[in-house]
Amino acid sequence: MRDVAIIGVGLTKFGELWDVSFRQMMIEAGARALEDAKIDGKQIDAMYVGNMSAGQFIRQEHISSLIADHAGLVPIPSTRVEGACASGGLALRQAVIAVASGIHDFVVAAGIEKMTDILSGQATGALATAADQEWEVFVGATFPALYALMARRHMYEFGTTEEQMAMVAVKNHQNACLNPCAQYHTKITVDSVLKSPPVTLPLKLLDCSPITDGAACVILAPAEKARKFTDTPILVAGTGQASDSISLHSRASLTSLRAAREAAKMAYKASGIEPKDVDLAEVHDCFTIAEIIAIEDLGFCKKGEGGKVTQEGETAIGGRIPVNTSGGLKGKGHPVGATGIAQAAEIVQQLRGEAGKRQVKGAEIGLTHNVGGSGGTAVVHIFRRGD
Amino acid sequence: MAVPRFWREIPSRYNLIGTRCGNCNQVHFPPRYLCPNCRRVGKLEPYKLKPRGKVISYTVVHVAAEGFEDQVPYVLAIVELEDGPRITAQVTDCGPDEVRIGDEVEIVFRRMGQEGEEGVLYYGYKCKKVS
Amino acid sequence: MNVGIVGYGVYIPRYRIKVEEIAKIWGEDPERIKRGLMVEEKSVPAPDEDTATIAVEAARNAVKRAGIDPQEIGAIYVGSESHPYAVKPTATIVAEAIEATPRLTAADFEFACKAGTAGIQTCIGAVEAGMMKYGMAIGADTAQGAPGDPLEYTAAAGGGAFIVGKNNGESLAMVEGTYSYTTDTPDFWRREMRPYPKHGGRFTGKPAYFKHVISAAHGLLRQLKFTPQDFTYAVFHQPNGKFPLQAAAELGFSKEQVLPGLLTPKIGNTYSGASLIGLASVLDQARPGDRVLVVSFGSGAGSDAFSMVVKDAIEEKRDRAPKVVDYVNTKAYVDYSTYAKYRKLLVR
Repeated sequence: MRDVAIIGVGLTKFGELWDVSFRQMMIEAGARALEDAKIDGKQIDAMYVGNMSAGQFIRQEHISSLIADHAGLVPIPSTRVEGACASGGLALRQAVIAVASGIHDFVVAAGIEKMTDILSGQATGALATAADQEWEVFVGATFPALYALMARRHMYEFGTTEEQMAMVAVKNHQNACLNPCAQYHTKITVDSVLKSPPVTLPLKLLDCSPITDGAACVILAPAEKARKFTDTPILVAGTGQASDSISLHSRASLTSLRAAREAAKMAYKASGIEPKDVDLAEVHDCFTIAEIIAIEDLGFCKKGEGGKVTQEGETAIGGRIPVNTSGGLKGKGHPVGATGIAQAAEIVQQLRGEAGKRQVKGAEIGLTHNVGGSGGTAVVHIFRRGD
Repeated sequence: MAVPRFWREIPSRYNLIGTRCGNCNQVHFPPRYLCPNCRRVGKLEPYKLKPRGKVISYTVVHVAAEGFEDQVPYVLAIVELEDGPRITAQVTDCGPDEVRIGDEVEIVFRRMGQEGEEGVLYYGYKCKKVS
Repeated sequence: MNVGIVGYGVYIPRYRIKVEEIAKIWGEDPERIKRGLMVEEKSVPAPDEDTATIAVEAARNAVKRAGIDPQEIGAIYVGSESHPYAVKPTATIVAEAIEATPRLTAADFEFACKAGTAGIQTCIGAVEAGMMKYGMAIGADTAQGAPGDPLEYTAAAGGGAFIVGKNNGESLAMVEGTYSYTTDTPDFWRREMRPYPKHGGRFTGKPAYFKHVISAAHGLLRQLKFTPQDFTYAVFHQPNGKFPLQAAAELGFSKEQVLPGLLTPKIGNTYSGASLIGLASVLDQARPGDRVLVVSFGSGAGSDAFSMVVKDAIEEKRDRAPKVVDYVNTKAYVDYSTYAKYRKLLVR
């Protein structure tokens, strides 16, 4: 297997992009990534696109071909990858495998979701298709409700508080203010989170990530050829992916995602990196409780102490292990299929030292954690500077 | 949900019919088609679960799932049934502040929704606090 | 006649609305209504309840009390004037939910408030003829009264299920006889596609309720050569609290014989469920040897009368399922706006 590096990244602005179409978004992110990598489109060998549900959001399936066409990349192989909100992370992993195996050299890993062409209620319904339709959604579950069930149990088992959860949102909004691509550039307070309208208690509106349009793209190359394109190739040091029951009630624990623990274990083992070596992480904070559970599952703190370490500022920029410097899903926005790729883009920018005001000083090793559904799929990548 | 898709699961929705593996004795709900422990050696047979359990976690839903809008705020719970499996179910006939982790509940038969004003009615399980 | 009641069960929703709460909306004097109708409050179905769910819960209680294998039930008849479907039986939903399918016959009955007792008579015939071992008859309703109509004070929700079998050691009551009295009397009706019933006001009294109830009761007493003094209890259809007591007095029954089976003051008129819940309430407290008269009434109009003698099995079976009083006492009050939402008088 060959070492794999990321040589270019590109993102659209994240937000409610009323005047931009699905096709246009993808081309914009792709063009920026190619430009960043200083590579010609003609050199691209293959493409993997993470997308949760263009079928529901814009009634368009077969987007792999659509994108290859509009990107002027036909006839290269183009494949759509789906794993609910982990679609982007899975696309990245497929691209990594393709390059590592030697089948392809230069591969695009992209992610996209156009969520605002339907009403927000319909979008919520579309997202709920990532849960078990027969035994969760049929009985009245929503996506936030499943995470609220985890939150309530986490509060019960470990004494995690609604204030601690609110602090995740406050921190991520603060980070988002430093990220030009982010959906929100507004600071919020613990009090405003606690007083925001109830969605599915204990989760309130400001505990939830928003509905977002956005696309993201990274260009992968074999490490030995990466130097021709950039002085700061970022190596994919380890990749891991795992599955679990689609329904939350079928899992042994409500307060930890086994798929995330297994994916992390796989990525740590492949890279020889341990949690204490990681300088920063982008984790899947679709709801505030999800970040608390994520940092526990990834080994950044003891089980049950995710709320406490958040409260103590350990996950803030400048803290022991900065989490979601991009603003995370909460502050940067969560165009579901794009999220896993956007996470990788943030880590690449940080490790290159190009993250501007939100730069984590001296960052050498970064991690991404991308979750599908309520934890049925998880994918973890570990990156390090290649120079 | 299409009529055949609802109809197919009626035994499980009305009467908590799950499966039990005759090889390892594990009970599953919803029913499974392959025992995750014993795989092809497993011998799955229908098993009726006892309609009682306790609340493992709960949430008070204010922004409802489609078709449940008129019931907000409603309580949704994960319930561990006496036979072992856990289910997600609404806690009915109670106010939003009346449910706690550990509460004993029993399964009741309720209307779950409808396929629009002219379509079929869905029935199934909810739970109710044991008084 | 050699048939008996093998099991019975009831279900009454948890929610109640008081007469005061309804009267307040329409500017009426609650005391006058409470006196006039002898009703204090009525049951209200939860938004996720309907005649099918009520019938299922009652049927499950009946099976529990009977202690029989539901696969041996050969017929299920559900009587109601509020079946959830216009076309598609409630009875099949019940049959599936109590695991009595597929070797049985099933049908929905409609005869205003007496469709449940019509089902019992059908079961008696089928069991007596040897067509089946057990038959189940259910009367259940989520009755609708138009907003502002006097019916709104009483139209309630609830149901009762009875399992009929041969009269043997399993029977908790032996059926001695039944007698029906039926004429074409349009005192109360609901036309196709209309949400609320209409009625003939005071015409629902003398020529309808009283004429049929009293004639059926007289007919049965004559047939069995009994007098009111031969009965420990008498249950009459109870559209309000007053009518059954008046009918009883006219027939020569005392208040004491009627009150144990008179639930309307506390739960309202459960229509097809009413006389069956009344009978269940009597069985909940009767002793072996007690004789019970039951007379239903369905507008349109007709009455079915039954005479039963309680047997020893009642003592063993009684506590196997919740009693009427358990449901009557488990309650939570709603205000009129909540009631209006629950009953879909308010639709967004």
